[in-house]
Amino acid sequence: MDNEIQFQPALEIHDLTVAFDRKPVLWNIDLKLPQGKLVGIIGPNGAGKSTLIKATMGLLPLSSGFVKLFDQSLDDVRKRISYVPQRESVDWDFPASVLDVVLMGRYGKLGLFKRPRKADRDVALDCLKKVGMEAYANRQISQLSGGQQQRTFLARALAQQADIYFMDEPFAGVDAATEKAIIDLLRNMTEAKKTVIVVHHDLQSVTQYFDWVIMLNTRLVAYGPTLSTFTQQNLQETYGGKLTLLSDVGDLIRRESFPNREESAKKAL
Amino acid sequence: MNTFLEFFSFADPNVRFVVIGSVLLTASSAIVGTFTFLHKKSLVGDAIAHAVLPGICLGFILSGTKNPVYLILGAFVTGWISLIAVEFITKRSRLKEDTAIGLVLSVFFGIGILMLTVIQKTGNAAQSGLDHFLFGKAAALVGEDLLVFGIVAVILLIAVFLLFKEFSLLAFDKDYAQAIGLPVKWIQLTLTSLIVLAVVIGIQAVGVVLMAAILITPAAAARFWTNKINVMLFMASIFGALSGLSGAYISYIAPAMPTGPWIVIVISMIAFISFFFAPKRGVISRMIRQSSIRKTINDENVLKVFYNLGEESRNFFVQRTPEEIIRRRKFDEEMLYTVLHRLERQGYVEQTANHWALTEEGKTRGQRVVKIHRLWELYLTTHVNIAPDHVHDDADTIEHLLTPDLEAELERILNFPKEDPHKSEIPYRK
Amino acid sequence: MNDFYIILTASLVASTCALLGCFLILRKMAMVGDAISHAVLPGIVLAFLISGSRDSMTMLIGAGLIGILTTFLIEFFHKKAKLQTDASIGVTFTWLFAVGVVLISIFAGKVDLDQDCVLYGEIAYVPLDIIITPGGDNIGPRAIYVMGSILIVIVLFIIIGYKELFLTTFDPAYASAIGISTTLWHYLLMGAVSATTVASFESVGAILVVALLIAPAATAYLITDNFKLMLVIACAAGIISAIGGYYFAVWLDGSIAGAIAAACGVVFTLAFIFSPTHGLLFRRLKTVSETSSL
Repeated sequence: MDNEIQFQPALEIHDLTVAFDRKPVLWNIDLKLPQGKLVGIIGPNGAGKSTLIKATMGLLPLSSGFVKLFDQSLDDVRKRISYVPQRESVDWDFPASVLDVVLMGRYGKLGLFKRPRKADRDVALDCLKKVGMEAYANRQISQLSGGQQQRTFLARALAQQADIYFMDEPFAGVDAATEKAIIDLLRNMTEAKKTVIVVHHDLQSVTQYFDWVIMLNTRLVAYGPTLSTFTQQNLQETYGGKLTLLSDVGDLIRRESFPNREESAKKAL
Repeated sequence: MNTFLEFFSFADPNVRFVVIGSVLLTASSAIVGTFTFLHKKSLVGDAIAHAVLPGICLGFILSGTKNPVYLILGAFVTGWISLIAVEFITKRSRLKEDTAIGLVLSVFFGIGILMLTVIQKTGNAAQSGLDHFLFGKAAALVGEDLLVFGIVAVILLIAVFLLFKEFSLLAFDKDYAQAIGLPVKWIQLTLTSLIVLAVVIGIQAVGVVLMAAILITPAAAARFWTNKINVMLFMASIFGALSGLSGAYISYIAPAMPTGPWIVIVISMIAFISFFFAPKRGVISRMIRQSSIRKTINDENVLKVFYNLGEESRNFFVQRTPEEIIRRRKFDEEMLYTVLHRLERQGYVEQTANHWALTEEGKTRGQRVVKIHRLWELYLTTHVNIAPDHVHDDADTIEHLLTPDLEAELERILNFPKEDPHKSEIPYRK
Repeated sequence: MNDFYIILTASLVASTCALLGCFLILRKMAMVGDAISHAVLPGIVLAFLISGSRDSMTMLIGAGLIGILTTFLIEFFHKKAKLQTDASIGVTFTWLFAVGVVLISIFAGKVDLDQDCVLYGEIAYVPLDIIITPGGDNIGPRAIYVMGSILIVIVLFIIIGYKELFLTTFDPAYASAIGISTTLWHYLLMGAVSATTVASFESVGAILVVALLIAPAATAYLITDNFKLMLVIACAAGIISAIGGYYFAVWLDGSIAGAIAAACGVVFTLAFIFSPTHGLLFRRLKTVSETSSL
């Protein structure tokens, strides 16, 4: 029984197509990721990396295909999933303290009428300690540096005590010390059998950081263990420029307001 | 009916004045409003409109009369101040632009209302009619008032005409304008002044509270009809003028009614009609397009079946029964008959006693669809690295969509292959 | 005593609006608040015509529904008609407000509102509309009970939904990811704004509601970085503006609502310049001291 659970894929994606404003930006993605790995998603700008994790978490509608986490649908396992969005996605002038933000990670466990209890605060402070920010618990988030903001987000994700973590460019604009601290933390997490999936932008550090890579450019170029997947040939295909015909057809779909799938044509407005 | 004819014969000089005045005001506001629309600053116009009220009252207090020149001057000053305030608040504090606009709008207006009520209580005879600026009264546009407002409107139109190219460029690509050496700051300043001016004169007809509508709605309506700026300006001005005309008419048949709300209702109706009925961008038009796409998909799916059956029996022109077709691909029976009759009308199939066969045209079209389907599947598997069992659904959609030039491109990229991923032959035209 | 009733009513309105306004400005929805406060007018007039009086609950509910309808309409124009956001807001609320004003004009006799009054209310008449219990006791103006109830409801709403409102305001993407419905809380908040707008309408009119929704909250935002404190300070700023505005209006003999809006502006400006945390003066001094210590 234990063995079965261990071999359960953390993430399974089948025939996933996602459209933005009717134009497909991800075509027919197939993926299966095992648990306990540190996975890097790489690809050029506009490749659909953020789109992939947003679609996986149900933040974007799927034009086709499905997503399964631990062999179950998203809604059944939400409590086991955590998300670290891009730093620019929030307004850091918001009147909140670091602890306020980290406590948000506990909201999923509390219902409508419950307030965060002492146990929740303990977890939050502990997570702050893990990211080296316990001294900043009562600091206003408007006073944080880029690296500190990133670590706050990370602490919030940790506070969820989830099993799978999705992170969107966690190393963007942080100093070297913070980057090292974060990657060490992520390593520890995977050793504790957590699965961490990271959208990454710096090719130099891929082999050093990630067990597995997903190489993406509007379609899946390759994925698998870094050693065998992160090859010159795959890199060339990922970064070798976009598939013009595919893009042109995508534009055509958008211009003609064509449905992405025939069945949706029957219900379309 | 009598009043209708009376009005539109424009025999009464008063009617003529009011009409000219209203139309000039609303049309010029609509034109200027198009530029705020393009700059995505429509709500700033709302702020300016509310902010001119204290200026009008100030003009009255300082001059003791309702002389339009003083009122316009006062309005212009506070209008400009409100804009500066919004900029200042947004730039120098962490408040966002929408908050600044709402703040300035309501506070300035509150001050204006305060001043207005104080003036009203003084019992000064000259102040009567000052409150017409709240909701507009086109009928008040006579005599000297009309002259002044009219001149300002004409100045506005001339200015827009002269600076049209610069304003448009600024809306689309400010950096480029700067790069080619245009005095961007001055142009923006001029545009802003024109907007304030348009508001100041427009409120005579529409009133302070609803002025924003004449800036925004004509432009929004025109947007549904065209992509081109000059056409958009033209249509916005026509729509604005129509609503101004209606306002004048209302003023004529119901003098006690404020004209502003009626002008807004008319222009909003125009916008809603545009929203539904405009070609290409309108809702109805899109629904029709979707329906036509659905028909194409269904037609071509049926032709595909004919073609596939033809491939199997090595004869494309064999007569088939509807049951055979449904056996091959599950169509709804009623839909199939509709499609078959449509295909017959268009000349793609012919029938003899409920036995149907392809015509030469039908074979050609079916062949093309099948070819594109197989080529696309091949493309997805070889170039896009997608698993062979996923490509069918994609191809099922793309096969109906691909244009001839993309089709040629596809053939070229794949280098005219013989077979698709499922080992079916790819049928090229001989 | 009349003074007291008027000031109390104004303070109740100010507090309710200030609380909701804090959420609105942080969500960048100040102008949507403005739109809703205008758009409820036709609903109020219709409810008036149908029910024949102002007292009914139906007026509140019906008009409040129009407020939510407004949010739908704005979204509809934006998503389906692909109209840009600012224009979607502008077209929707101006149209609805115009309809409301026309309805008032046409049914002037049957509706106890006049078009100027909808702009700035008649708070001076609040003490005249008293409730007399069946036992014959004068328990005070109706407005106080109405506004007081609304305030209690809104406070409860904020207390119960505090976490969810806080999170969906700060980081809607994260909220969705952990399973909290951003859409639900958005519409709940808009509903709260509608209800408040409708209830405040006859005392302070459309424009002042906007001033009270935005200005005190903006003032508080410039003073504190703690959200709970921001809610409190916003209420305080609103109440101060209400009291100051009232006496200002009495002195000038002008519209009380207009004076309160003006007072909001004054309070805001003071904070803008003198706030010890984010005020202009403080920031200037801070840069001066930083450069001089180099």
